[in-house]
Amino acid sequence: MNIFKIIEDIEKVDPEVYNRLDSRRSAFKNLGSISKKAAFAAIPLALGSVFQKAYGQSINTILEVLNFALKLEYLERNFYTQALAANGLIPDGAPKGAIQKIQMHEAAHVELLKTTIQSLNGTPIAEPTFNFGKNFPDWNTNYQTFLTLAQAFEDTGVRAYKGQAGNLINNDAVLTAALQIHSVEARHAAHIRRMRNNEGWIVGDGNNSNVPAGAQPVYAGEGNLAQGGINDITRLGAGYSAEIASGAFDEPLTKEQVAAIVSLFE
Amino acid sequence: MEKLQDTAIEKDASFESTMAAPMQRRMFMRYVGATAALTTLIFATTSCDEDGDDMPRDPNTVDLGSGDTGILNYAYALEQLEAAFYAEVVAKSLGLFNQTEQQIMQDIKGHEGIHRDFLKAALGSSAIPDLEVNFSTINFNDKNNILTTARTFEDLGVAAYNGAGKYLENAGFLTLAGKIVSVEARHAAVIRDLISNGTFSDSASTQGLDPAMMPADVLAAASAFIKTKISANNLPK
Repeated sequence: MNIFKIIEDIEKVDPEVYNRLDSRRSAFKNLGSISKKAAFAAIPLALGSVFQKAYGQSINTILEVLNFALKLEYLERNFYTQALAANGLIPDGAPKGAIQKIQMHEAAHVELLKTTIQSLNGTPIAEPTFNFGKNFPDWNTNYQTFLTLAQAFEDTGVRAYKGQAGNLINNDAVLTAALQIHSVEARHAAHIRRMRNNEGWIVGDGNNSNVPAGAQPVYAGEGNLAQGGINDITRLGAGYSAEIASGAFDEPLTKEQVAAIVSLFE
Repeated sequence: MEKLQDTAIEKDASFESTMAAPMQRRMFMRYVGATAALTTLIFATTSCDEDGDDMPRDPNTVDLGSGDTGILNYAYALEQLEAAFYAEVVAKSLGLFNQTEQQIMQDIKGHEGIHRDFLKAALGSSAIPDLEVNFSTINFNDKNNILTTARTFEDLGVAAYNGAGKYLENAGFLTLAGKIVSVEARHAAVIRDLISNGTFSDSASTQGLDPAMMPADVLAAASAFIKTKISANNLPK
């Protein structure tokens, strides 16, 4: 893609494009400063942002969402990194392989989000200190506790990204990247759930999720049967139980709901 | 005067007779003056066929439409395909699977069915008609063939929703698509693990991103399984 050609084309219909972009020059400068590999992903994101800003749409909302997502990814990366380092916690073989794979994805998400935030002229938040033992003291000695938390984090991650999609609707590149992360989190969630012999999908308000009462906020509202103005989707056809209907749709969480869950580990 | 008369004849020609004669149809099309009308005409022919009319069957190209409606119809088309597939699996192939796997197939069949019916209801009169599927290349007696086909459909569905999100202008629709796509991703992960445990997220790039595919690419990949011709020409680009 030739960014200058794009801007030239815009100039034909908007002679003031350079004035609009001028104050955003640093955004272009940033494009040059990131590593080649990272740039591959970040350039379309950055481009989108430059135009968003130039044409008057606030980037603050988007940066807020990205930093919110970054915090969750920091949490997940930290959690899996520590767990993999805890001697004897995760059995060798398939379990360890799966957790390593997931850890690598979470680490990649952290890097991608940081790069994207920087390319939008924002500042990525520093990695917070997490305290996984605060409410779950045996999290790194008891494999089942570890898996329970992993499931809760992944299912929360899916809901958190979903809840922010609407806030990214004006930036196609960032929205698409967020969706691409969102579905990977869902794949992680399904696998961890299967590792615990749970179904891969969420039925009701976590009825099939085998979590302690304290973790219920992770599944609050998942039993919703009203979608898109249809009050009860089980009535759409014969044989749709509430289990099928709620399992077919994942539900979003608000930032506040997610923050309350994360605070259990801070 | 003569010209005016011609126009009047074109205008008065009844819909049925216009469709029946190719020559006259061309005139009718010229009169309508918009290719978009073609879709409507083809819809009309298709339903005539169902009524037992003996008009020749047109290649029933279904146009998904434009804007958010077009994107939702695109999703509806994919959900029709998936729902039809799992309905066939549950009807023909359950004996190939163990009890846990049977439950998985039943659940996914239910999810895809309700996705389809939900989108149809949400689209109302804008919904595309029922698509005709073509599963002739799938061996429903072969567990591995069923699972790999399921993987193809689920991964494709995820990539399709991921790629189409940016075209939605209504935030409510975007969230709805988000509610569905993560369940498709869960299906994809579970199916992948049934094929080979641990491959749940091997669809993702080294950056930890699932694919996002454009409608034309998705429809090209799905076309082997859908007899009905689908046009995405009016989808947002």
